[in-house]
Amino acid sequence: MHMADALLSPSVGATFWAASGGAIIYASKKVRLEIDEKKIPFMGVLGAFIFAAQMINFTIPGTGSSGHLGGGMILAILLGPYAAFLTIASVLIIQALFFADGGLLALGCNIFNMGIFPCFVAYPLIYKNIVRDNPTAGKITVASVISSVLALQMGAFSVVYQTLLSGRSELPFTSFVLAMQPIHLAIGVVEGFITAGIVNFVRQMRPEILEGAAKSRPLSGLPIRNILASLAILALLTGGILSWFASSFPDGLEWSIEKVYGKPELPESVHNLGRILGGFQEKSAFLPDYGFKEPSSPEDAIPEADNPEPWPAVSAGTSVSGVVGAALTAGLALLIGLALKKKR
Amino acid sequence: MASFDSAYFDIKYLDTLSYQDTAIHRLDPRVKLLTTAIFILIVVSFSKHELTGLAPLLVFPVILVSRAALPVGLLLKKIVAVSPFAVLVGAFNPLFDQQVIAHLGGVPISGGWISFASILIRFMLTVSAALILIATTSFPGICLALERLKVPRALIIQLYFLYYFIFVLMDEALRMVRARNMRAFDGRGTGLRVYVHLLGALFLRAVDRAERVHQAMFSRAFNGHFYAARRTGITYQDGIFLLAWGAFFVLCRWYNISEIIGQAALRVMHMT
Repeated sequence: MHMADALLSPSVGATFWAASGGAIIYASKKVRLEIDEKKIPFMGVLGAFIFAAQMINFTIPGTGSSGHLGGGMILAILLGPYAAFLTIASVLIIQALFFADGGLLALGCNIFNMGIFPCFVAYPLIYKNIVRDNPTAGKITVASVISSVLALQMGAFSVVYQTLLSGRSELPFTSFVLAMQPIHLAIGVVEGFITAGIVNFVRQMRPEILEGAAKSRPLSGLPIRNILASLAILALLTGGILSWFASSFPDGLEWSIEKVYGKPELPESVHNLGRILGGFQEKSAFLPDYGFKEPSSPEDAIPEADNPEPWPAVSAGTSVSGVVGAALTAGLALLIGLALKKKR
Repeated sequence: MASFDSAYFDIKYLDTLSYQDTAIHRLDPRVKLLTTAIFILIVVSFSKHELTGLAPLLVFPVILVSRAALPVGLLLKKIVAVSPFAVLVGAFNPLFDQQVIAHLGGVPISGGWISFASILIRFMLTVSAALILIATTSFPGICLALERLKVPRALIIQLYFLYYFIFVLMDEALRMVRARNMRAFDGRGTGLRVYVHLLGALFLRAVDRAERVHQAMFSRAFNGHFYAARRTGITYQDGIFLLAWGAFFVLCRWYNISEIIGQAALRVMHMT
């Protein structure tokens, strides 16, 4: 599922661009160090393979509809995580340009959602641990299905998170999650079986390809934790700085309401979003400009409108949400780092 | 997604368009990339209930399409065909935000409808900007721009290879899909089992192809660099393009041009 520009706020888009950009730089370094000459065109052709495969439909059993392949796990298994990450990024770049799938700002989010989770989470933590050093067809199938499901679940959740953080959609967190996760559970299972089918086929026909991928030891020792830490810091900085630019313009909601009511804020009213969000709203109320907006009483807001902030205003109030958004991302990255630490 | 044939045709068409020779096509790829990035950032930076303020930004895609001689029909078709995720998510806004915030000729309009319309406009603007970028810059042009902007080499090489292999592999895939579809009757034969085998076969062909291509490139002294005989360097026109559009975008963000124009028009009407 491609995240789209139209649903993004600039600071969320920029934050995820920073995270994905950092991961691209890191993966590029690793790939240059460890890859032999032959793997470079192999990456290109595998990217083209995934690109073509995504355009071929199959009939989903039991329904009239059709689906296609995502391909992140296949690349991770056949190429190893770093080369696979670059390949996925390149496929997404071409799709963003030629199909306008998602868009250019959302590209950062999409590389994050569809690249980082399969390559740097599902592959090293799930797939490698199940298959280990003696792959059998059964193990590959089980590992592929579980890791595909997990990668897609995380990707889907990330889409929800990015959408909510951006605040362009009114969809409440719970309904959105309840819609996205089960759909992607089904997609993940199908994707897992396709992945397993192709990997087993390749293992039968060209076993040397899989052995080559397994040799590029992923995430050994310290470096990945370093990179996750620096990613987190980068995301934090970007989120903090860019949100000044993002939200110091007069808020258009207030602006348009002012036109109607003569006051910048809505009266306390039927706005039932807060009630639906329930407990989640309370926790996220400190993100005033990003999505969880609950109209406050008009008295509170009037002074704010009297002194419109100069652009770009470095104001604590607005950049708090940016920093918090980045902090959540950083927290996510840190969790990944911790998970990796445990496994070693 | 559309059928394989038509999707493939669209890519090829877009690719062909990108090698035209117009004033827009001749601009430095970096300048176009940067201008498009500013445009998209400005578009998404508007608050979610913004409608009128977004309208003047339509000038950018419209002028580029006309100056670069791009077919409007194809672009509109691609905008409609693009994955409908944003539209789908946006369509829930009217349901969850029913607060009336405007009246249009006595008809009350809720905030949800306004923010939904705003998402649709953003969607159109950002999607068309991306398509116009590729249709006026060409993919190798964008790679060149990324290279100049110090994007890591490994990714650039990967992008070049991917771009060249796509057209090779798509021809193979097209033949295989056609063969499958002609043998499939009433949906039988298009299921998962055949799909996996089809992809497996495609994969093996792709790998063989990659090996041959690599040997061919290696024997012709490929050393990891792509060279292009192209005009380089930023010219006078490039500077004007970037500055003028940049200034226009900021102006649109700062002042609601639709509003100003509307008020001026009303005033003129009152006077006459």
